[in-house]
Order: sequence, then C-alpha cells, then structure tokens
Amino acid sequence: MNALAARRRHPAAIAILLMIGLFLTGAAYAAVAPKPADATTKALPAQSVEEGKSLFRANCASCHGLNAEGRATGNGDKIAGPPLAGVGAAAVDFQVGTGRMPMTAPGIQAARADDVVFTQEQIDALAAYVASLAPGPAVPSEEAVDPTKGNPAFGGELFRVNCAMCHNFAGSGGALTRGKYAPSLRDVSGKHIYEAMQTGPQSMPVFSDTNITPENKRDIIAFLDTLDSQENPGGMTLGSLGPVTEGLFAWVFGLGIFIAIAIWLGAKAA
Amino acid sequence: MSTTSHDPRPADALRDGDTARHAAPSTAVRKVGGFAGWVDDRTGAAKPVGYLMKKVFPDHWSFMLGEIAMYSMIICLVTGAFLTFWFVPSAGHTVYDGSYVPLRGVGMSEAYASSLNISFDIKGGLIIRQIHHWAALMFVVALVVHMFRVFFTGAFRKPREINWVIGSVLALLAIVEGFAGYSLPDDLLSGTGIRAMAGFVQTAPVIGTYLVYGIFGGPFPGEMIIPRLYSAHVLLIPAILVGLFIAHVGLVALQKHTQYPGPGRTNNNVVGYPVMPVYAAKAGGFFFIVFGVIALISALVQINPIWGYGPYDPSPVTAGSQPDWYMGFADGALRLLPGWLEFTVFGYTISANIFPGALILLPLVYIVLGVYPFLERWVTGDDREHHLLQRPRNAPVRTGIGMAGITAYTILMFAGGNDILAIKLGMSINDLTWFFRIGFFVLPPLVFWVTKRVCLSLQRRDREQVLHGRESGTIIRTPDGRFFERHEAELPEDQWILVQHEAVAPLELEPAVDEHGVARPAARGDRLRAAVSRFYFRDAVNPVTPAELAAAHHHGEETEAIEGGEPAEQLESPEAASRR
Repeated sequence: MNALAARRRHPAAIAILLMIGLFLTGAAYAAVAPKPADATTKALPAQSVEEGKSLFRANCASCHGLNAEGRATGNGDKIAGPPLAGVGAAAVDFQVGTGRMPMTAPGIQAARADDVVFTQEQIDALAAYVASLAPGPAVPSEEAVDPTKGNPAFGGELFRVNCAMCHNFAGSGGALTRGKYAPSLRDVSGKHIYEAMQTGPQSMPVFSDTNITPENKRDIIAFLDTLDSQENPGGMTLGSLGPVTEGLFAWVFGLGIFIAIAIWLGAKAA
Repeated sequence: MSTTSHDPRPADALRDGDTARHAAPSTAVRKVGGFAGWVDDRTGAAKPVGYLMKKVFPDHWSFMLGEIAMYSMIICLVTGAFLTFWFVPSAGHTVYDGSYVPLRGVGMSEAYASSLNISFDIKGGLIIRQIHHWAALMFVVALVVHMFRVFFTGAFRKPREINWVIGSVLALLAIVEGFAGYSLPDDLLSGTGIRAMAGFVQTAPVIGTYLVYGIFGGPFPGEMIIPRLYSAHVLLIPAILVGLFIAHVGLVALQKHTQYPGPGRTNNNVVGYPVMPVYAAKAGGFFFIVFGVIALISALVQINPIWGYGPYDPSPVTAGSQPDWYMGFADGALRLLPGWLEFTVFGYTISANIFPGALILLPLVYIVLGVYPFLERWVTGDDREHHLLQRPRNAPVRTGIGMAGITAYTILMFAGGNDILAIKLGMSINDLTWFFRIGFFVLPPLVFWVTKRVCLSLQRRDREQVLHGRESGTIIRTPDGRFFERHEAELPEDQWILVQHEAVAPLELEPAVDEHGVARPAARGDRLRAAVSRFYFRDAVNPVTPAELAAAHHHGEETEAIEGGEPAEQLESPEAASRR
C-alpha cells in the first residue's frame, strides 16, 4: 500500500485511474445490462398455411391479433400491431427475413437484426399463411433480383432520384423525424431490397411497379450490389456519411497528430 | 548599397583624373562574395535577409499551430496547381466514358467528368485530390486553433491588433475559398451546396433575386456559375489570401514574436534561437512532417468520394448533405432557426427564418472577432505594448468570453450535423434540435461562468502555492501526536511564473460633475466603460506582492514559535520545511 501511496502523484496516475474507472464501469454494465429475452418456441418444420398459422399464433398474435386482424394497445390511437390482411408474402418475408419481426420490444421503429429467429422454411410458411388472408405482393423470383442482370449505372441514377434523400448516396442510411431513420442498405440481399420497395415497410413509401418497373428495381439492386462489392477508391470511407465524419476526423486525428508532433518538436532542445 | 555617385566634373573635363579600373579581386575573395554578393549588388537583399536570418523565435509547441496552417495552405497551392492541369471548369454536357464502371454512359457536366478523370484515369490524380482536400480541412482547423492560442494568451494586444484583424480576414477568406472549391466538381453534393447558396442569396431582403441573377448569370443553375467559381477559387481568392498571408507573416517578422512569461523573459527581449540555422531547420523539417502526415491521411482515408455522389441534378438530394466542417456552423444556424420567423410585408416575403443564419452570421462572427482587441483596449485603457503573453487564467473574463464563444460556435457546428448525430447516437433529430436551440442560449453563459470560476480558482491556487509552498504529500507527525503536511518551497523559476503578471483593478469612475458642479459631457460614456471594466476586473485575483510574501513568512515564524516550544529545532514544521 505504501508503494502505491508514494506513487499517487505520478504523472500517469490520473490516466491509470481513469482507465481503471472506465474498465470497472464497463464491466459492471456488462454484468447487469438487460439481455434480450429468448422465449421463441422451438422451430417446427412447416410448409403449409396451417403450419404458418400455428407459427403465427405462437409468435405474432400477441401484437397482430389471433387472426392477424391487428390489435390496439388501448392507449389512445396507438396500435400494438397493424392488421396483416393484404400485406402479402413479400412483406412477411422482408420483415421476418431481416430480423425486424418479431419485435422483441416496442420501439420507435423495428430495427434490422442479425439473428433471424426463423428458418427460411418457417418464414415461407408464415408468408403463405398471411398471403392466404388476402391477395398481396408475392416474394420476387430469383431472376427478378439478380444483380448481374441489371444496369448499375442507370440503377445509380434511379437510386439518387428516389432513394438517396433518405438512405444517403452510398446507402449508408439517414435520419428521419422523431428518432425514426432510414436504415443502411449495405449488405442487404437483393430480395429484401426488392420487397422493401414493393411493400414500403415502416416509414418507407411503396414504389409500385408503375412507379419503378421490376426491371428498374433490378437496376437499383445491381447498383447497390456494386457498392457492396467494389473496393473503396481512396481508402477508408469513414462510414460514407459525407463531410461531417470527414470534419470529425480532421479535428480528432489530423489535429491530434499535429499537436503531438508540435509538442515533441517544441520539447526538442535546439 | 549605392553604386552610383554624384560627379561634379563638367562635360569637357569628364574623364580628367580617372584611374585605371581596379584589378579583379582574387579568386578567394570572389568565392566569399560569390553569388550572394552578386545578388546583393543588384537587389540589396543582404540587409533584410540578414535581419530575418538573425531573427530570434521562442520555442513553444503552440507557436507551431500557425505554422501548420501556413504549410497546409502551401500544400493546397501546390496540389491545386496540379489539379488545374486536368480540371475542366465547364458546365457543358458530356457522357462519361471513363474507367469508373457504375457511371459509364451517364450524362454529366464536363467539370464532373474531368474530376472523375482526375480520380480514376490520371496517374496520382486521386491522391493529389485527396491531399488537396485534406490539406484544406487541416488548413482551417489549424488556423482556428492558432486563433485560439492568440486569443487566450492575449497576443492580439498592442502592437498586434492589425495582425489580428488580418488574421480574421484570412480566416473568413479561407472558408469562402474552401466553399468555392467544394462547389467545383459539380457532383451531387457540391451542386446541392450551390443550390443552397443560391437560396441563401435570394433571402437577402429586396436585392436577393437581383443578386442571384447576377451571380448565376440568369436563373439557377445556368452555365456560368462553375467558370465563375473557378476564377474565384484559383485566381481571385488565392491571390488575396497569399497577399494577406505575406502581410501577416511580414508583420510577425517586423514585430518581434511574443513569448510566454518566464525568468529572464521581459517585454524588451525575445528568448529563443535565431532563424539561421536552428529555426530554418526546425520549421523546414516541420513542413515536411506536415506534408507527410497529410499525405499519409490522404493515402489511407477517403475524402469527398465524388464518384459516389453522382453528377449534379437539381431534383435529387442525398441524406447527409452537409458543407465541409468550417461552413457547418452556418448550416447549423439554419437548422435551428424556426420556420415561423418568415413573414410578409406588402406582399413581399421576408425570409427571417433563413438570412440570419445564411447571410448575417458568417460575416458577423468574423467582425466580432476582428473588433475584440479594440473592445478590450477600450475597457482596460491600456496603451502600452505587450510582448509577453498572458496565461489564460490571468485574464479570467477574456478566457470566459472566449470559451463562451467557442461553445456557441460548437453548438451551431454540431447542429449542422444533427442528422448524422441522430442516426449514430440513436436519438431523435427533433430532440437534438431542441437541445441545440436551448443550448445555444443557455450553455455559453454557463460555460463563461464555469470558465471564469476555474480561472479564479487557479489564480488562488497559484497564490497559495507562492505563499505556503507546494504540498509535498509527506505527512509529519509531531511527538505530541499532531499531524501536518510538509510544504516545499517553490523553486524561484517556478515561483516567477506565478507572480510575474500585473495586478489589475476596475477603472475608477470619475465624478459625473466637475468641481464647479457642471456635468461633464463624457460622464455617460465613462459610466458605461467603468461598468464594463467592473465586469472584467471586479473579482480579480491579483498576484502575491513581496509584502504579502514577507508577511506570510513572518507569520510562519510566529506559528513555529508557538507550536514548537523547546524541541523546535528537532521538529519539522511546515514553515520550517518550506524554507529548507
């Protein structure tokens, strides 16, 4: 203890204390942070509408109603989940396939999640059940979303005119009002991009086939595919978020490096 | 050195008494005089160059911030010249056929196509473009931080007010120059910037529309704006920038460089090393370091990926459309201004929701900056020259004002990136906007107060340290069981810094009426001045005077006598220790 006390005024003492404090805070947070509840039913191999219906009742009905008729929260106009008749198989495939549904907690917007709860067969069964309620857009064919068949240059033009104002020029995403946001489109499968345009999830408008034809949708998918597959000319992208991150980098790293060098040079005896 | 002289001989006797020409000097002498002598005979450069070479500069890292700005500007000039070899400043239409596949066959302007060619088809073009852009960002960053240093150390005081004003104009021109460059490639982002600029100019009451037509040579966008911005960016503004920069550096050379206070450093000397050879080597080396670091950043980190933005087209706008950081505060002000400020007079719309942020703020910031030295001189009434810098804590109100200004600026700048903050922090853009709106009014006064209190506390701590020495961390227990901490005396060179500054007091108010009972005409102005002076210096903490120091030591001896009793010699007391 004496050795410690003698060094408590050491120049590095504050930095070390700070690191210890940060580490303890982080460790304490990791220990007590709430973990996502894992209460999904065991996956069932299901192909039919009936099996989709039972999956739906087990996993979706608490918000969307037992027969997908939608449910109100009883708190003003707020709904727990919208009715699903007519949203089509494409909407189900998009929402469940990207991990947005089932939502683990009510939020301003369902976020894309890496851990998709259901297998593709289960998603297909759910989609079949919802599609059986009323006609709606179907899941696109493999060919309709094949990026190699699209024109990325024209897709880029379409993307800038129709999508970039929310999703940003490089598909990095952008802010919407009151905490809502347009998510990043990087590394999203062509099928999900197509379904999103077709069904207009959450704040997104529907881009119908008369608005953007199926061929043009494929061009956009081709454009996004080139963004994902191309190397980045010029180095690290800083998130492709525009000049804000560039300015931040200049202030933090550029200035930081220069000041460190200036101090070193100033301390050097002539 | 003069090589002509008056010859009094008349024309008919002009060559009388001429002697033969001197023989050429020996090779040894020629070598010494050599080329330098040849140049000096023709230009008289020896004197000024000698003056500069012998100039003494003090050593401190913060004096190099301006150097970073200077070198970044030079890097911009060099790389900019390279870029002009290939850039085509034209809005003429063309179809891209270069090597960047995702844009092949897309119609665009020649300016954008040539920027793409620089990036993809000219050898070294992309790295030079990135060096140019990163150097431009670092130029303004370094310039702003250099201004912080000059402001907080009081280096703008007489005789350097003119140089402060020149510096403020340089800072304003730098961001205008930056904006012009940002607008040139005619990609979607830069076109959006020009579109916004056109809108801003339009909001100028009465003359707005005429002004826009004048600038664009017709309605937006027209074909004129890119060539015009090009002339401004490569010719007009750089010429003024370089001219003012030479005046700025010339004045630094003419006046001596300021220095931080310290033993042996006075208002009448400069303690440091001469330019030749020490500073020439140091500063020369620093240039290469700055160039190297910027080149390294440019090689590793992408900036302004124009190929990603696509060609400008007035209909699309991309999310995350922001100006480069130095224009961010004006953009932020626009984002914070509420829409209901717009109103109509006699059928004309007055866009008071836009022009305060878009047109007034920018010059206002630099006018306020430029005026500050004159305001402070008016408050202090100080007409003496100052070559010794102040420690920021020794000017608490100025330091507080500076920090409040930085806070207001920073809030506006962050508000300019509110959408990026919203998605990256998972917050609502509306909440952020309200936070910034309220913060713009609440935080600067709060920061002023906190900064001032911190400065005053630091000054008090300095006084403590002078009067009672430095806490050693060593606890002494007396035989009768009492504890005290041993204080160690400051070294004289450390103590110097704590007591070197001047004592200050608010200006005394002269009576409003003279001895005859007649009101003095200047009384009202004096009242204001005295009030501001009170604001500045009311709670000043002044340095320890020799009398106070002597009293403290005397006081120390007294306590020692009381505490010590007979074993005083063996006992270590705080005061005894402080005198060892």
